[in-house]
Parts: sequence; C-alpha cells; structure tokens
Amino acid sequence: MNTNSNTYIFIYASVMVIIVAAVLSTAATLLKDRQLQNVKNEKMQAILASANIESTPETAETLYNQFITEEWVINQTGEITDSYKASTFEIGSQRAFYLNLKTELYRKSKGEEFYSPLFVCNVEGETYYIIPLLGKGLWGPVWGNIALKSDFTTVKGVVFDHKGETPGLGAEIIFPAFTDPFVGKTIFDEEGNFTSIKVVKGGAKILPANQQIHGVDAISGGTITSNSVNDMLKDCLENYVSYIKSDK
Amino acid sequence: MSEQVQKESMFSPKNIKLLTDPIGKDNPITVQVLGICSALAVTAKLEPAIVMSISVMFVLGAGNVIISLLRNTIPQRIRIIVQLVIIAALVILVDQVLKAYAYDVSKQLSVFVGLIITNCIIMGRFEAFSMANKPWPSFLDGIGNSIGYGMILVIVAFFRELFGSGTILGWEVFKSIGLYDLGYVNNGFMILPPMALITVGIIIWVQRSRNPELIKE
Repeated sequence: MNTNSNTYIFIYASVMVIIVAAVLSTAATLLKDRQLQNVKNEKMQAILASANIESTPETAETLYNQFITEEWVINQTGEITDSYKASTFEIGSQRAFYLNLKTELYRKSKGEEFYSPLFVCNVEGETYYIIPLLGKGLWGPVWGNIALKSDFTTVKGVVFDHKGETPGLGAEIIFPAFTDPFVGKTIFDEEGNFTSIKVVKGGAKILPANQQIHGVDAISGGTITSNSVNDMLKDCLENYVSYIKSDK
Repeated sequence: MSEQVQKESMFSPKNIKLLTDPIGKDNPITVQVLGICSALAVTAKLEPAIVMSISVMFVLGAGNVIISLLRNTIPQRIRIIVQLVIIAALVILVDQVLKAYAYDVSKQLSVFVGLIITNCIIMGRFEAFSMANKPWPSFLDGIGNSIGYGMILVIVAFFRELFGSGTILGWEVFKSIGLYDLGYVNNGFMILPPMALITVGIIIWVQRSRNPELIKE
C-alpha cells in the first residue's frame, strides 16, 4: 500500500486522532472523581493546617466537618450574605468552600461587586477565623490560608502553597522557616488601622520597633515570590476589614 | 540445513548493548547532549529528579514500543506529527494518573511532567531508533536511554541538593554531621541553573578523560 498518498495520510491522521482522543477522554473521565476528591482533600487539609490541625488526605473530610463549624460569605460592605452551619444554610445558598476566590478577586480588580469566604474553626473551646489567600507568584499562582485568633488581628497560623516557584528559592515559602514567624503577628495596629503583614527583604528587624509586630523576614534569593506573598496578604486581608470593624 | 533464520535471543549481546550503551559511552545527556533543558530545570532537589526520570522512562519505553509497532504504517510525511501525538498522549496519561493516585508527587513535578513532551531525547530515539527497529529492541533502547538520562539527573541533583541545601531527599545531612557548627554555609549558587550546567560539564569532563573513545581527533 502506498503510505504516502494523500488519502492514506488523511485517514491515518483522522483515525489516530480519534483513537487518542477516545483513550484520553476515557482516562480523564475515569480518574476525574479521584482527582476532584484529591483537590478537595488538599483544600480541606490546607484550611485545617492554618489552624495547626494535622490531617492526612484520608482524614481531611472527617476532621474538616468536626472543626470547621461555620462557613461564611462576606460582601464588600462587611455583611454576611451566606452562612453554612452543620450541613444547612442559615443565610443564602453559597458555601464559602466552593466560592471561587480567583473569580472574586478578578471582579474586585475590575471594580465590580465581589464576595469573600471566611471559615470559622472551633478547636478546644477556641475560635479561629480562617481566611483563604490567593495571589500571583513569580512563575504561577501562590495561595494559602491564614488563621486569625478570635480578636481578628493576631495570627494563629499560616500555610502557603504555590504552583511552580523556583525550588530552593521562592518555593521555600511553604516551609516552617518562613511560615512560623507569622505566628503572633498582628494585622491591625493599636489604633485599629489595617497594616496587613509585610514580608520584608532584609528582615523584619530593619522595620521601626513599633512596626516589627506587622512584619516577617523575606526569603533571600526569592524576592519576587516574597513580594507576591506580601501583596497577596494585603489584597486578600483588606477585603475583611469592613466586616471586622463592624464586628468589633 | 533449515532455511529458517535462527531467532535472536531476547537478551543477546546486541540487545544488551542497546541497554548499556546509553548508560555509558552513548549517554543521551553527556555524549549526545540531548535533554539538557530538563537536566537544568528539575535537578535543584533529588526527589523531583527521581520522579522525572521514572516518568521519562515510562514515556520513552512505552512510546518506543508503540512507534515500533506502527513503524510500517506511519506515513513518512507526517511521521513527526504522529510521534508528537503519541508522546503527548502518553504524557497526559502519566499526568492524569499521577494526579489521581500520587497527588503529592504530581504537585511537586507540576509543569515538568508537561515538559517531557519537549524532551528531545524522546523524539530523538523515535526518529533514530524505533522507526527502524522491532518492538523488543526498541523497548530496551528506550529503557537504556531513560536510565542514562535519569542517572545523570540523579547525580547532578544529588550534588546540587547536598551543597545547595545541605540535604539529601530532604534529610539534613550537613546539620546532623555538625558541619554548620564549623562555620560551613550552604552554597546558594548550587541551586541556580548555571550550576547544573557546570555540574553536567564536570561529569562530561570526567567521563571523557576516562574513556578515550569519546575524544574526537
């Protein structure tokens, strides 16, 4: 057979593409549930980890349901528009867990109406408020969760993750050496002004003494990633300022 | 005498050579200088280097067999496209399976799995070998080349992680032997891509000085 005739090439290419498409879509369909479950577990683990609750992919869902007692959606003016508690909606119909932070932040950048998710965590009688974070890193997105104590200003814990920051440099944001110093820092100063938490190149020690409580050390060699964590904290935390102020 | 050609044994010296040559004197990275880009990208830490090597082994082994089985049907004029479609399909399959069953690993490799598609070793072997050989030798050739590739990746990653971060597979070697107390400081330069190139260069130097066959007149 002449394998170089146009007809043969057309048929060959079409059959090949159809077979490959069929194989890949079958694989994608079969694996989809597991993949989505993995993503969901990871999100739950990250939320729990910011409040120092250790979990594995297997225990994530159980622990999440046990400790995360409420999910709130907050609008720009600081009102709770949706509240999800003990598997039922008290207000509205949107679960904060499924709110797409990327879309909301995009709407914010366009000056449109947007909503922010907030998770309420109860551990051993203490209440923590967990705020999801999302920002732009050097090579791709960076994200994380920050847990605030019930005073809404002191950091209880923080976790970060990233899509593809440079290993050994920017990628170090996920390790305790970077995240531990956040614990005990505050996002409001004594007058109640929002300060966020600054990631400072050269170390928080170069800040004026009264500012050091709002700063942590950047990663040397990972300046752009450190700056993006800094911007992410400011961009995401400021959305809750009106709610926190109205609550106080 | 029977006319039948005696069947070549599966592990004949010729076939074994297919497996061992790419590890030594025909190494894809140090001799053929292919796949350098990923050797620079994934070798800052040892673990991603190992998983990358295993993924390349799967794609190259399976791809070589598939191309070899199809070799007589592939139209010459679109053979590169056919090869690319097969590589891409295998890579997506690896990515999907990792995401479902080894989620943590797939997160670490992130974009690098996709980059296997652009690894010139794979296209190179398809073009140079499996388009013209039977499935079994093609399979051995694929495995041999990916071992040769993976070996260099692991050696480079070992030194870069050790001297750059003071760890091996995340285990803090230098800390536990007390090197930091003597005033040693991790060499941040080891983590940056240029050091990967220099490390590969040193490996090439050592290899050539030991193997006179490789020295060009």
